[in-house]
Amino acid sequence: MSAPHVAVRNVHIEIRGLTKTYKSKTGSVPSLKPIDLDIDKGEFVAIVGPSGCGKSTLLKLVAGLLPATSGTIRIGGANVKEPIDDIGIVFQSPVLLPWRTVRDNIMLQIQMRGRRAADYEEAVARLLKTAGLEGFEHRFPWELSGGMQQRAAICRALVHDPSVLLMDEPFGALDAMTRERMNAELQRIWYATKKTVLLITHSIPEAVFLADRVVVMSSRPGSVEAIYDIDLPRPRDLSIMGDPRFVRYTQDIRKHFFAQGELDH
Amino acid sequence: MWILRSVKSIAGSDAIRPVLLMLIILVAWDLCVRIFRIPPYLIPAPTYVVYELVNQWPMLLRETLPTLYATLGGFALSALVGIPLAMLIASSRTIESYLYPILVFSQSIPKIAVAPLFVVWFGFGIFPKVISAFLLGVFPVVVATVLGLKSIDKDMLDLARSMRAGPLRTFLRVRLPSALPSIFGGLKVSITLAVVGAVVGEFVGSNSGLGYVLQVANGNFDLPLMFAALFILSMMGVVLFMLLDFAEHLLIPWHASRRDEFAGQT
Repeated sequence: MSAPHVAVRNVHIEIRGLTKTYKSKTGSVPSLKPIDLDIDKGEFVAIVGPSGCGKSTLLKLVAGLLPATSGTIRIGGANVKEPIDDIGIVFQSPVLLPWRTVRDNIMLQIQMRGRRAADYEEAVARLLKTAGLEGFEHRFPWELSGGMQQRAAICRALVHDPSVLLMDEPFGALDAMTRERMNAELQRIWYATKKTVLLITHSIPEAVFLADRVVVMSSRPGSVEAIYDIDLPRPRDLSIMGDPRFVRYTQDIRKHFFAQGELDH
Repeated sequence: MWILRSVKSIAGSDAIRPVLLMLIILVAWDLCVRIFRIPPYLIPAPTYVVYELVNQWPMLLRETLPTLYATLGGFALSALVGIPLAMLIASSRTIESYLYPILVFSQSIPKIAVAPLFVVWFGFGIFPKVISAFLLGVFPVVVATVLGLKSIDKDMLDLARSMRAGPLRTFLRVRLPSALPSIFGGLKVSITLAVVGAVVGEFVGSNSGLGYVLQVANGNFDLPLMFAALFILSMMGVVLFMLLDFAEHLLIPWHASRRDEFAGQT
């Protein structure tokens, strides 16, 4: 099984000359140097970079949550100026509402969009099943483990069936063991839903394990330093992390950060 | 042994503990008055106070009602004005910079000093007392609500925005519920201060209410009556506070401070 983008290119997210400069009292701080990046439909792209390289800024720009200083982002041909319907976002913390059950938290996505909850009961049930949260739909978030909370957040990001899933270090707050399990889970969910995924992470193994392509960003102001095609068979098993090719990829990517000085961790 | 154990089990109940402490304080108070021979015009023994409470009960009850009404009126006004005012302050930096300093300034004016003005403006009815209770009660509501509305997670707001929800929907579904614990914190402080405000109002211009009773008793060196009135005032504060606590319990059972019992129920 080969990565989808190797076949016919079918660009889904198109980023052209994108820059972001933050204005502050002391002057303007460039956060992103011009970035060009194409992401194909159904592709899984991971972005790694040192902390403060603007990778979260990039994600917020793609999500339409921040205005770009210059350049364009197009998703499915449409210009992104503000949040569009076709994306779902997962943040580092699950940001679940404590007064809503797991099911109602997922439904928030539907209610906030002013759609009819009844039309999505089936989608919620299917997602809960895919994410292994069956039987927990009437629990409150604080009754669940961190990994389960994040899985509920992923369900919430997918319930309105967007074609793009944006994830901002979604497993950064989890312990190493849970994190690896979540990586395997996420791959399974991605397989089941066929979304275009943009994942921000500072874990190189996580990026290599999950992604079709890994984008390496340089430190501030951020720019694309290198892009690696991860040519590993799918579906990937956690045991692949011991595979010499996997190790090669992680070593090659890590070298960028040694050259730059540090990778936060 | 069984006596010790049953005493222990009584002391183990949450409802009994404050009563137990009250009893201990009362006994200590009584003992002090007896041992040091403190005359009743300085500190009356608790027995005198209880005697006064029982004896004057119809009068005290009659005078409690106006104070209670003024307190509730002032509290209701505090909530009705304070919460929307806080929403306004939390909604915009500009509004905040205009309003907040004035609010703090006005809060620093001693209410007892301006209370006579209310008599001049509004006469001797219940209205000036309500205003006085409101002026003391509104500030904690505003401060707590502003804090609650502003301390929402930034990611939460980004999430709401990514869901393309309008400001009203975001406010009702996300902002307001997450501020509720804070708002209740403010309301609880407010209700006890509203009692104080009502009494202050009654001090300066009234011929009814517990504040008036206090004033008269003070003038006559009738300390047992004064203590009896003070006791009723305190009980009023406690009962109102507990009612609010109960309402909070019903409205926000999900809050961290209550999760144990809540999870136990489901």
